[in-house]
This record gives sequence, C-alpha cells and structure tokens, in this order.
Amino acid sequence: MEELVSIFVRSIFIDNMVFAYFLGMCSYLAVSRTVNTSVGLGFAVIFVLGITVPINYLLENFILGRGALVWLAPRFAEVDLSFLTFIMFIAIIAAMVQLVEMIIEKFSPTLYSSLGIFLPLIAVNCAILGGSLFMQERNFANIAEAASFGLGSGVGWFLAIVGIAAIREKIRYSNVPPPLRGLGITFIITGLMGIAFMSFMGIEL
Amino acid sequence: MSEDSTQPKETLFSVKNRKLLTNPLGPENPINVQVLGICSVLAITVQLQTSLVMAISVVAVMGFANVIISLLRKGIPPRIRIIVQLTVIASLVILVDQLLKAFVYDISRQLSVFVGLIITNCIIMGRLEAFALHNKPWPSFLDGIGNAAGYGWVLLAVGFFRELFGSGTLMGYQAIPGFMYDIGYENNGFMILPPMALITVGIIIWVQRYKDRRLIDIS
Repeated sequence: MEELVSIFVRSIFIDNMVFAYFLGMCSYLAVSRTVNTSVGLGFAVIFVLGITVPINYLLENFILGRGALVWLAPRFAEVDLSFLTFIMFIAIIAAMVQLVEMIIEKFSPTLYSSLGIFLPLIAVNCAILGGSLFMQERNFANIAEAASFGLGSGVGWFLAIVGIAAIREKIRYSNVPPPLRGLGITFIITGLMGIAFMSFMGIEL
Repeated sequence: MSEDSTQPKETLFSVKNRKLLTNPLGPENPINVQVLGICSVLAITVQLQTSLVMAISVVAVMGFANVIISLLRKGIPPRIRIIVQLTVIASLVILVDQLLKAFVYDISRQLSVFVGLIITNCIIMGRLEAFALHNKPWPSFLDGIGNAAGYGWVLLAVGFFRELFGSGTLMGYQAIPGFMYDIGYENNGFMILPPMALITVGIIIWVQRYKDRRLIDIS
C-alpha cells in the first residue's frame, strides 16, 4: 500500500508528465486558453491514462514481453514480440479512447458533452502513449502499481494544464512585448513552472 | 494517370514545389508557428548529437509516411483514416527504432521512449491530415521533408544552445576553450535541466516573431 501511494505522489510531482518530460505539450498549449476547457481535457486525460496504462501492463506482461506467452504453452518461452510494442500500444489506446467515448456517451451525457470534443484528441496526446512506454521502462511489479502510476501521471498533467490556463487568463491583462504574446510567453511561463516543480526533485518517499 | 493529362506537367522542382520545401523552414514552421510536435523538441535537446539523430529519424518517418498515405489516399475510407495513419506511422517508427538499436545503440538508449513517441508527434499526423490525404506523392514527399526539416532546425538550434552553455561541448567535443575556464568561466548547469528547454524555445519564438511581425499573435 505504501508503495502505491509513493508511486502515485512521485508521478504527480516529481516525474510530472509536463514539467519533467514535456509530454502532451501540444494539447497543453492549444487547449489552455481558459480554465473551463482545460479542466475538461484534464479529466479526460486522467481517465484515459488510468485505464490504458494497466491494460497495456497486462499486454506487455502476458503477450509482448520475452517469454510472456508461457502461460499459453511452455514451448513459447523463447518468443519475444517486443518489437510489436508501439503498434499494439497505440492500437489499444485508440480503441480504449473510442470505447471510453461510447461508454461515457451512454451513461453520462452531461460528462460526454463537456468532454466531447477532447476525447478523440486524446488518442494522439503523447502523454498517453508516453505513460504506457514509461510504464514498460520502469518494470512495475504488479498491475496495481501500474494503475497508480497511470492515475498519478494523469493527475499531474491535470494540475499542470489547469495551472497554466489560470495564469494565461490573468496574463491577458498584462503588458507583454508583442512578439512574445501568445505562444512565446506561454513557453517561458511553463519553463518557470517547471523550475518550481523541480524543487520536488530528490524528495524520498 | 488521368490527372496528369488535364493539367500541364509540372517540373519536379517548380516554384510551387520548392515553396512546399522552404515554407515550413520559416513562416510556416511547424514548431514556432503551427505549435505542433513540441514534446520531443524539449525532451531530447540536452545534447546536439541526440537532437541530430532525432531530427533525422523524424525526417525519414515523415517523408515515407507522407508518400505512403498519399499513394493510398484514394483507397482509405474517411471514417477509419486515423487508424490507417497511425498504423502506417507506427510501422515506420518500429523500423526506425530497430535501425537505431542496431547501429547507434547508445543514442537509442538516451532517446528512450521518445523514439516511440514519434508516433504521436502531432506534426506527422497533422501533415498527413492536412496535406498527404489530398495531394500526389511527390508534393507530399516534399511537404513531409520540408516540415520535418523545419522541425529539425529548431531541434538543432535548441540542442546547440543547451549543449554549448550547459556543458561547454558540441557533439561531445570541447567547444569552449580551456583558458575561458581559467579566467573564471563556468558552465551553466541550469541549461541542462528540462525547464530551460522551454525557455530557449520561448526565446527562439520571440526572436523569430520580432523579425517577422506578421506572425505576432493578436488575440
């Protein structure tokens, strides 16, 4: 249990998707004009990361990895399908996004209408694929750890996008040099936020 | 080809085709202007060498992906085009990944997940959607190479500044002469840290928009 909490907190603050790895920057920059939309996208990312990372964990450990097919028959012990990783992960992600979209539409039309346009966008958000690839690199011990890593990364991304959206709403009233307006200043603010988040580095949990 | 007979034949490097190649370098730069494919620019630019390998990989993937999608463009049903595009890109990325692992294993280790993330690099998807689906293979190829090169030069510029000021080297060779250190120059360790990549890109954008006022964001 302690381990799970530790992974969760680590992935929110120390290994933050946006500030430490710059994943999902495209949508982070494009959808952070207002707080409302960024909250919607943030929730969608938490949701999809929390689902796809554990599923891809299962895929990695029972199908793709070296010797992962042993459960089927002992003679598969030498089979290594890891070169298929990328294509399988992206297929799972695209399929899950579609599925999540349909489920939400069925059971919660209000949530669907607020997330609506963002869900399809998420399939090509690199934070999602990045989450799965980092999960693969870190060799988590069991599915619960992978799930808490996925959720934590999602929450970290959520915090980052809501933070930058709030700052961008305020900065509209400031006198920024014209060539720096819009994109330029957003980059620099993100850099400064990243420096702030770096103060979490080295914290042992 | 029936299309060719209706219009005058274009030379391979006509003005229009050259525009496809050069526009993305400046006024339509995918990173500075279209804001596509930022993730990898920031994460792998600590050294010039990794930036170079990444830039070459993206040029290769993008050129081929554009050609393949452009060849298939009449056969792809619009409803499933995203899956088809992802499959094509993912297969090319697998090829690049295997090549990198085979020939430059150390750099491949350093790039870690970011080779895989070329799949979700939005420049590639963006250009496939916007250009390759509606154009013939050769212009699509030029468009792909042009955009990837526009991405590449920003990557190299950021990598150059970060490695020069962060570790005083370029491509792993000492670039700042030794006597500078004797008179008290020190490497700015800050440049190696992730947030400085963002600030470097911010400054590049600032300079570019200062030179080219048309790009300024009015909203």
